[in-house]
Amino acid sequence: MTAAIEPIAGRYLHLALEGQPHRLYFEEAGQGIPLLCLHTAGADGRQFRALLNDPEITADYRVIAFDMPWHGKSSPPEGWQREDYQLTTERYTGMILAVADALELERPVAMGCSIGGRIVLNLAWAHPERFRALIGLQSAAYVERYYDAGWLNHPEAHKWETVWHYMQGGPGIFQGDLFFYQVEGDVRDRIRDIDTAKCPLYMLTGEYDYSASPADSEAAAALIPGAKLTIMKGLGHFPMSENPEGFRGYLLPVLEEIRSAG
Amino acid sequence: MIERLAELVNDDAWLVKRGRLLNVTFAIGVDETDYLVRIVDGRIVGIETGPHVMRAWTFAIRASARTWETFWQAVPPPGFHDIFALLRKRLITFEGDLQPMMAHLLYVKLLLAKPRELAAA
Repeated sequence: MTAAIEPIAGRYLHLALEGQPHRLYFEEAGQGIPLLCLHTAGADGRQFRALLNDPEITADYRVIAFDMPWHGKSSPPEGWQREDYQLTTERYTGMILAVADALELERPVAMGCSIGGRIVLNLAWAHPERFRALIGLQSAAYVERYYDAGWLNHPEAHKWETVWHYMQGGPGIFQGDLFFYQVEGDVRDRIRDIDTAKCPLYMLTGEYDYSASPADSEAAAALIPGAKLTIMKGLGHFPMSENPEGFRGYLLPVLEEIRSAG
Repeated sequence: MIERLAELVNDDAWLVKRGRLLNVTFAIGVDETDYLVRIVDGRIVGIETGPHVMRAWTFAIRASARTWETFWQAVPPPGFHDIFALLRKRLITFEGDLQPMMAHLLYVKLLLAKPRELAAA
């Protein structure tokens, strides 16, 4: 029997975030247009393993998925034990730009899911010139707090691998990410000013998502002239990890459109 | 549906194992009727159909019969596939001491979704 080794390479990147040294884990595969993938709250870059292993995607794209600080194999910064982790729009945006700079990515495509789908809207508003295109998965400009986040344990995905990722989150980290998602990171006022002529914006939302629901994505897309929203049949909040095969059917045409636009 | 919940749950050794640390009596409300489900070590040992007089429960999960019927379809439509999706739609209520429910949320969700197996059969 021959063992199979995936083409994914994992490495650690040392960089400063907000003036503090950080050690960040990232995985990559493929070559070509950089595709920077942003995982969901409380999870890590493993959610994108199907993309990283998809030869049709990695033929033209250098797919990169990093674990945010406090997540996955990335360390929290020194002194974390005295800190309450909270993600903010500024911190999240700065982190993405810093990673792109540190890896010397030239006008990458950024694709984020859930909180990543939210920050992509902010990137489209604040830094369109830095990106070739932006792809928001399960994007909403704001999500009402329909449950009490004080209870948070792990969310309710039924793709067991996604559940496993969530079971491995550090205490308080999912909740700290949701500070951005549910409290601080409301971009409803900004998204009207997004200029999709500077940077194309694609939005893909699963019909079974009840957090960033199709209605939430439609409400955001309606405010952004030129945003291209597709509702994905049969998919939920974690399209890339809960149903990679179903998801790629929606993603491939978007990647092809970005590639052929040059 | 609820009448067969005990056998559906108790015949699922994996689910019983997931709930083995849960000992509670909770209510499933269907329209005006409360079904009191008594869980011992993850097994359903009794379901009592209301009306009840002065019966205590720890937490109650209530929705209309129509909502539960949709929730229990083999493949429910978007928004009816998860009790928290129902919560966002304001079609379900959680009351009482929610700590045991939240501490065993995956088990509670899987238990409540069990009747879907009858629809699929």
